[in-house]
Amino acid sequence: MELPVISNAAPKEASGGGCSSSGCGTAPDALSHLPDHIRAKVQDHPCYSEEAHHYFARMHVAVAPACNIQCNYCNRKYDCSNESRPGVVSELLTPDQAIKKVLAVAAEIPQMTVLGIAGPGDPLANPARTFETFEQLSEKAPDIKLCVSTNGLSLPQYVDEIAKHNIDHVTITINCVDPEVGAKIYPWIYWNNKRIFGIEGAKILIEQQQKGLEMLTSRGILVKVNSVLIPGVNDEHLKEVSKIVKAKGAFLHNVMPLIAEPEHGTYYGIMEQPEPTPEQLQDLQDACAGDMAMMRHCRQCRADAVGLVGEDRGDEFTMDKIDVMDVDYEAAMVRRKEVHDSIIEKLEAQRGHTKPKPQGIPEGSRPVLMAVAGKNGLVAEHFGHAKEFLIYEASPDGVRFISHRKTELYCGGMDSCGEGDEEPDSLLDRNIKVLEGCEVVLCSKIGFEPWGKLEAAGIAPNGEHAMEPIEEAVMTVYKEIAATGRLLPSTDSLKVA
Amino acid sequence: MALQITQSCVNCWACVDVCPNDAIYADKPHFLIDDMKCTECLGDHATPQCAAICPIEMAIVDELGEFLNPPGSLTGIPIEKLKEFGLYREVA
Ligand code: SF4
Ligand code: SF4
Ligand code: SF4
Repeated sequence: MELPVISNAAPKEASGGGCSSSGCGTAPDALSHLPDHIRAKVQDHPCYSEEAHHYFARMHVAVAPACNIQCNYCNRKYDCSNESRPGVVSELLTPDQAIKKVLAVAAEIPQMTVLGIAGPGDPLANPARTFETFEQLSEKAPDIKLCVSTNGLSLPQYVDEIAKHNIDHVTITINCVDPEVGAKIYPWIYWNNKRIFGIEGAKILIEQQQKGLEMLTSRGILVKVNSVLIPGVNDEHLKEVSKIVKAKGAFLHNVMPLIAEPEHGTYYGIMEQPEPTPEQLQDLQDACAGDMAMMRHCRQCRADAVGLVGEDRGDEFTMDKIDVMDVDYEAAMVRRKEVHDSIIEKLEAQRGHTKPKPQGIPEGSRPVLMAVAGKNGLVAEHFGHAKEFLIYEASPDGVRFISHRKTELYCGGMDSCGEGDEEPDSLLDRNIKVLEGCEVVLCSKIGFEPWGKLEAAGIAPNGEHAMEPIEEAVMTVYKEIAATGRLLPSTDSLKVA
Repeated sequence: MALQITQSCVNCWACVDVCPNDAIYADKPHFLIDDMKCTECLGDHATPQCAAICPIEMAIVDELGEFLNPPGSLTGIPIEKLKEFGLYREVA
């Protein structure tokens, strides 16, 4: 059965690119700069398209445990942190188990369109397990898109194999293009039957990554580049990385923050390498953005995540539960097609009407960042229950999504918890710190205490737009602020501090 | 002549795929080397392959119990820090 719109068949004219006039500047979505044939491939991909990730789901299967390099932000007890959060362990599956699981999930969650192999190690360091999984899947579930992520070391060697299996999305984690920077990130690699340390190893890894990137794009296979932002190590350098990978044809660059908790036992965690602040991350994403799409909604899913980005229904699909499920995939495919068609129709309709420029905002008003405790596109969460805040920027041009920032719901620290004179509400202080740079926080409800603290921090709490669509609510509040004149340059306004 | 895997092993499979003699197998609580099959890679490679790819210090020892990858040799984490985090052992 053919699903025309979400088919993963690569278009034949790989280099026919160029920016079509309809694709430039007018569409609201961050993918609008892409050539049409690439946009068509990614616009329904939950990990790549900001709009699609609300409607389509992805899943990963953990079939690839081995790895051939060491990253300083990784502890190999856990999943590969190039694609998932460090410190989580996925249920390792054989290719046969993985197929069973994918079919069960796809039948149960028709929105599931993308299957990825991302770990727990490096998929291409486990070629037999990885490609066996892809091969069986293309046969049994041709309506599922396939994607794979890699550290790049073995990539050139497997590009042909990747092309054969019709895997049209590859993610390469590229943290540097300079071996001296690389030596601070990668202590060693395993190459040609030897362990190679330091600059020499990093140099080989970088060459392989770049070569693999070029080979993939020249075959018309989409490449996303992930980078981990490591303050003081590669922060400035990533701007150059972004330019180079863009020039070589990567369609998306995703800069993720380093996660370096001492309790994860990683080199950076133990050596107390600082993590980037949300502001540092955003500044870098802005600097790299230029005319290349930056991915701002990545939530660093775990390698066996199931469901919509940001949710994980993995617990419903453990191997013991799947073993007793009875899946009729032929029937499921019919149902899946109906669901996909209706979602795509909805997305098309949304794309069709370009949002009009908002009215009534004085020219020259400065943009404002707002944090939203949102769910399913609505201002729906209680301030204290929000696991993350969605950061939006409102300006005279309209509202755009910037990023999401995670909050801490519970203590994750080793012994920093309950120690010394830390008050119980220090968690609240930390969460308020996460909102740095925002002037308003929108939520469905908010308690008295956080209200006061937020105001003291210069962030206006707002609970008046509960259950309203996020973008409308943000614009309404922006207009209210604009009406006070506070957004104009201080010379000709009242300037409220 | 054979190498051995210790309790430090995290069961990551990396060594299994590179052993020229198929000497390594999954077991609980950690992977093991079949000492009838292991040749320490003599004749196949200049260095034992399992020890060349293993990411975990102290996970592989020789017949004398010496670590092929002693503490700090792979990560570069100083010994004091390893001790502080309980990641240091004198012997397997
Ligand atoms: S590539 Fe992934 S699994 Fe391998 S060391 Fe890096 S983060 Fe860990
Ligand atoms: S030393 Fe060589 S032969 Fe022995 S287990 Fe390791 S890889 Fe296999
Ligand atoms: S490579 Fe090392 S940690 Fe991984 S399974 Fe082999 S001995 Fe264990």
